[in-house]
Amino acid sequence: MSKDFVKGLRHGFPICLGYFFVSFGVGIMASRCGISPWVAALISLTNLTSAGQVAGIGVIAAGGSYIEMILTQLLINCRYCLMGLSLSQNLDPGFKPVHRATVAFGITDEIFGVASGQKEPLKPTYMYGMILIATIGWTSGTLLGGICGDVLPAILTNALGVMLYGMFIAVIIPPIHDGLHNLAVVLLAAAVSCVIFFGLPQISSGFAIIISAIVAAVIMAIVKPIEEDEETVESPEQAKQPAAQNGMKGEQA
Amino acid sequence: MNPVRLAIYMILMAGTTYLIRMIPFTFFRKKVTNRFFKSFLYYVPYAVLSAMTFPAVFYSTGNYVTATVGTVVALVLAFSKCSLTVVAACAAVATFAASLIF
Repeated sequence: MSKDFVKGLRHGFPICLGYFFVSFGVGIMASRCGISPWVAALISLTNLTSAGQVAGIGVIAAGGSYIEMILTQLLINCRYCLMGLSLSQNLDPGFKPVHRATVAFGITDEIFGVASGQKEPLKPTYMYGMILIATIGWTSGTLLGGICGDVLPAILTNALGVMLYGMFIAVIIPPIHDGLHNLAVVLLAAAVSCVIFFGLPQISSGFAIIISAIVAAVIMAIVKPIEEDEETVESPEQAKQPAAQNGMKGEQA
Repeated sequence: MNPVRLAIYMILMAGTTYLIRMIPFTFFRKKVTNRFFKSFLYYVPYAVLSAMTFPAVFYSTGNYVTATVGTVVALVLAFSKCSLTVVAACAAVATFAASLIF
């Protein structure tokens, strides 16, 4: 095993632990929606993303349309597009297109956070190590959560299910310290989401998320466009800073 | 659930998620310059997660009181900049403790 691969494993280990516990909630949620633990684990293995999976499982449970599934995933995961652009600026020359296409699979909030904090250009083997161990934690946690969701009493699975939302809250709240516009976007999206939930119940959960998020993000982009130094796709040197601002902090190695 | 329909959902979900990661990372080298678009992309993650959390979190346990306790604990700890794992774990413990009482 190469030195970089081992380094990747080491940096990925705290991510693996965090993922294990959080994905437990994904497994429980899936089992509540009537999705078997193995199918839930397969979804985790092939998606490696929290918010997208929660929304996707919601669409499956509600029997939503295929186009709703695609649009939901596109919007919720479009942040990875930005992260990919940012990481692509600091790659080792050994990063051939085939490596890029493979490593792209493992761009998550936390892996991006750790990778963008590296000073030296990123090597494929380093990324493979980190992605491998993180994927193991995410998939096994989902499987176990799904199994426990079937056998544990509701009082326990309900509590564990709250972990997912706790994780979302842990991402959206800390940036409030950097400016009230980060609070405004959270309140705006929550308000629209509540209006749809209570006032327009015929709109399904996936579309409700899409509408709320687009309305809030468009309004904020008009009212308070980000400053130049808040760019997330500028250069590798600046990548670390917006990562923290975006709340994309992982279990930093 | 119809296994064919489930399989199509899973393929669409994984395929869309992969392509949105793969295309920019593999093919793009330029940077985004449009200020509105950049701002929009900056705000989207927060907006998405907030819309997914509220009001769904209050219905996640089948009991508004226990869900609210878990949510408040998560909000306070997140505001105090605790790590993601700590916030998630403490929210679950608080919800569990509340459900023993209420």
